[in-house]
Amino acid sequence: MKKVLIANRGEIACRIVRACRKLGLASVAVYSEADAGALHVELADEAYAIGPSDARESYLRVDRILDVARRSGADAVHPGYGFLSERPSFATAVTDAGLVWIGPSAQNIADMGDKERARVIASQCGVPVVPGSGRFDAPDLGGIEEAGAQVGYPLLVKASAGGGGIGMRRVDDVSALRATALATQSMAARAFGDGTVYLERCIPVARHVEVQVFGFGDGRAVHFHERDCSTQRRFQKIIEESPAPGLPAATRERMAGAALRLCAAQRYDGAGTVEFIVDAASFEFYFLEMNTRIQVEHPVTEMNTGRDLVALQIDLARGAVERLAQAAIASRGHAVECRIYAENPAKRFLPSPGTLERFVLPPESAQLRIDTGYRGGDRVTHFYDPLIAKLVCHGADRTEAVDRMLDALSRTEIAGVTTNVAFLRAALSHPVFRAGDVSTGFVDAHWAELVERKAA
Amino acid sequence: MAIIEIRTDITGTVWKVLKRVGDAVEEDEPILVLESMKMEIPVAAPERGIVEAIHVQEGETAPEGSVVARIEV
Repeated sequence: MKKVLIANRGEIACRIVRACRKLGLASVAVYSEADAGALHVELADEAYAIGPSDARESYLRVDRILDVARRSGADAVHPGYGFLSERPSFATAVTDAGLVWIGPSAQNIADMGDKERARVIASQCGVPVVPGSGRFDAPDLGGIEEAGAQVGYPLLVKASAGGGGIGMRRVDDVSALRATALATQSMAARAFGDGTVYLERCIPVARHVEVQVFGFGDGRAVHFHERDCSTQRRFQKIIEESPAPGLPAATRERMAGAALRLCAAQRYDGAGTVEFIVDAASFEFYFLEMNTRIQVEHPVTEMNTGRDLVALQIDLARGAVERLAQAAIASRGHAVECRIYAENPAKRFLPSPGTLERFVLPPESAQLRIDTGYRGGDRVTHFYDPLIAKLVCHGADRTEAVDRMLDALSRTEIAGVTTNVAFLRAALSHPVFRAGDVSTGFVDAHWAELVERKAA
Repeated sequence: MAIIEIRTDITGTVWKVLKRVGDAVEEDEPILVLESMKMEIPVAAPERGIVEAIHVQEGETAPEGSVVARIEV
């Protein structure tokens, strides 16, 4: 492997360019019209235009991306997250073109990408799953009321092909079930090309905890401990930390063990994340889904373990991976990540595209890492996600890490787009957060207060 | 009889046009849905009326502040 094509944009594309450089590999960027002058284009060794700003005509075009691979002489493809990263057909197309796919096998992606099949595989290897129903293929909803009663209310209607909070709707009683299921089916059919939905019990006070795993493709796998990602808005994470505060050691161990069983069962091949929903009262945990990609929040784990997950992905793909022993992967101190988004918290997190007229971030250090795909003067367009930058702080303990983050955010100056920086500061300073008691309902429950508060 | 212009607060791509000219709309009923930064943003009628014009097509970009539809109230 000599040259890696990065089929992505923004901060993750920049992050992968850096990993390539560190490993002595050349990098190839692709870009849409809107990204012609973007940071990832500047950082990579080569860059090729792949079409219009609409991702469907550029970053989601397999033919154009493979054409760039041929023209540039790239011999491997890293998909990043989002876009084509979890399409088994893309993984297959890459390998069929004679290129190395830096990611889990197409089979792994297909098995875990179908949320219902993933649940079946999880329960087969003794991983607890949330009570749920079978699937309802659009437009059939026969027996859905009976299924709803069996699952229990409140419940979530989820699109089989969905993820990241997209294609998920809550139903509190049977009266709204059919209409919501119908709406979810039609939305999923449009958005994912697959209208299949299923029902799942909603755990009212829950935490979102996930285990970072890495499988070697031969049934062996290691974990890099857990991340707590309970601070969410609209089902999207905004603050992540590792380790999960207040989680009993026995729970952490059982959760990691469950994640490793799931990897072993499918001979998992690469970096992945096994997501669990944890009942905040009992610490009982249930499998939610497995993401077969590098995740947005992977730097939290990297800060805490001192390991480079992207480099590991590349090394595994080129057959040069270090045979890591579990005991060698220690979680040291505490790490926190904040996602700075171009959005307006006061308007219920409405997107705020625009130009970064001022974009000042504090300097990086051993305790502060910044991943961004933007520079001052860049446009944050409406075509892609609102993530501007990720700040990751490390500390000897949680208090130190959070204090460091508050300081870093206080030295962050962004103008030209509305951001959630003040909201993040308010969230980190909130007594519930400081106490480590955040559940997934935290932002909704304290929204008005967090918008008002001008942080500590 | 009055015509109300419906503007979008944010820049987005028109994802789905839900109503046609001549359709009746209730207050707060979405006329179209924009997609911006991977979020669905409904653009709704501010009051009850009849759709008099729709100025955008699916797939088109609607800039912040632009008139996307008119209703007769």
